[in-house]
Amino acid sequence: MDHVAVLLLELGLLFLGLSVLGILARRLGLSSVPFVLVAALALGEGGLVPMTATQPFIEVAAEIGMVLLLLALGLEFSADELFTSLRHHGPSGLVDLLLNAPPGLVAGLLLGLPWEGALALAGVTWISSSGIVARLLGDLGRLANRETPAVLSVLVLEDLAMALFLPLLVVTLAGGGPMAAVGGIALAGAVLVLALLAAQRQGHRLGRLMGSDDDEQLLLRLVGLALLVAGLAQAVGVSAAVGAFLVGLALPASFAERARSVLGPLRDLFAATFFVAFGLSTDPAALLPVLPAVLVLALVTAATKVATGWFAARRDGVAAPGRLRAGTVLVARGEFSVVIAGLAVAAGIPGLGPLATGYVLVLAVAGPVLTRLVESRARADGLRRDRR
Amino acid sequence: MDLEETLLPGVGVRYELRTRAGQVIGIVLGREGSAEIAVYDRRDPDRASTVLRLDPEEVDAVADLLGAPRLTQRFADLSREVPGLRSGRFPVEGDSPFAGRPLGETRARTLTGCSVVAIVRGADVVPSPGPGDLLEAGDVLVAIGSDAGLEQLQRRLRPTG
Repeated sequence: MDHVAVLLLELGLLFLGLSVLGILARRLGLSSVPFVLVAALALGEGGLVPMTATQPFIEVAAEIGMVLLLLALGLEFSADELFTSLRHHGPSGLVDLLLNAPPGLVAGLLLGLPWEGALALAGVTWISSSGIVARLLGDLGRLANRETPAVLSVLVLEDLAMALFLPLLVVTLAGGGPMAAVGGIALAGAVLVLALLAAQRQGHRLGRLMGSDDDEQLLLRLVGLALLVAGLAQAVGVSAAVGAFLVGLALPASFAERARSVLGPLRDLFAATFFVAFGLSTDPAALLPVLPAVLVLALVTAATKVATGWFAARRDGVAAPGRLRAGTVLVARGEFSVVIAGLAVAAGIPGLGPLATGYVLVLAVAGPVLTRLVESRARADGLRRDRR
Repeated sequence: MDLEETLLPGVGVRYELRTRAGQVIGIVLGREGSAEIAVYDRRDPDRASTVLRLDPEEVDAVADLLGAPRLTQRFADLSREVPGLRSGRFPVEGDSPFAGRPLGETRARTLTGCSVVAIVRGADVVPSPGPGDLLEAGDVLVAIGSDAGLEQLQRRLRPTG
């Protein structure tokens, strides 16, 4: 068979397979991310059925997937929502960082990763999956709950922190010393503040410039601008992901709504490819030896996330059951842990691949299960008390 | 009545209404136009125990149902607040030239500068009517505009001759 035929066949089977996994995940009430990772492990090098022809395509598609993921994330929150969250829940964000990043850092160093790798692992354990958490809140009917604003604020602040953390990580991974790292973070911080101010003052103008009644026009302009800025950001060494995130942030809320709906399907397609690419790059045989370490790390950082949610919800005057709900729903790690690990693996720290894959696999499944358990336990307790 | 508004980043806005009877209703308005109406748990007042999910179409229907009788009242309040802006109610009599004709034919906006913001038809209200909406004998138009414009509009709606 010629090369194109193999390529198309492999891709077709891949996407159909992802569709089946998506249905399965939905049935079980879980995110599809862990399922996609497991499937990709089986398809990669050293897996059951290695995929070969599509490798180069998937690598490029994965880069685009990361850009679209971050663009969509930037579109998700308005500058106003960021500022409001910062005002009300700044301390929660700080607690989140102080509780959840150090375990990753320490574990990385103990496991013999270079300190750049340990820094990446700190990011992996720090950031909850806003995708999984947001969907859980909707599915479990918790949007109207009183602890939910605290949960969402923590997510927003994490996303904001990503815009500073990613450049720091990229500069560090590129082998820059502390000075270069500080420079990178200062640059990213300045651009971030600029983008937020631009969004508040001039956002409507950018929105008018980008807006069009035609969906095709809108999509082309949006993706074009995101890739352009992402490319520029990559060229100056602050990570393509950050560039795309800032584009999403700078676009005004009025425009973001349509942009999200137009971008959604494309984002889903390429983001799935991104997760596949990450799974493909990991050797399943390397997963087993790190499994004990992964489980311990997952246990510790699940507990620290529960503490984070507890703290944030208590600031809003929520009672103990609500604090527990807030804490457990935040346990899930997902897409952004994979983004961070992907950057580190690409920069030549292969040891992080199996660790992060295993870690995300465990917590993307355990997080949703845990928070459902807490809810049904609390309800059962309540009923029992009622009967007495 | 006690209405509290909370921003839900990435989701929308939550309103919490404590009624005079002491009940608490949570209303989450999603950014995409959907809504959730929640009643809170007696034992755990932080938890929504019953949640009604409404899609955008259903939100419109409920809003019309609850909002229609209040609409005209609200316009009256509005015109009181903005100096120079008046509102008025103009019946479409059976012998008016526009009974049975679309609203657009009155050319109210072009000729009088007034906006017809609602058509009251018996117990129903058509809010923000379009130029294609048919007027019926007995309808009452709610319009806002200047004093002079409203007078012109009233004259236009009267039977000719």
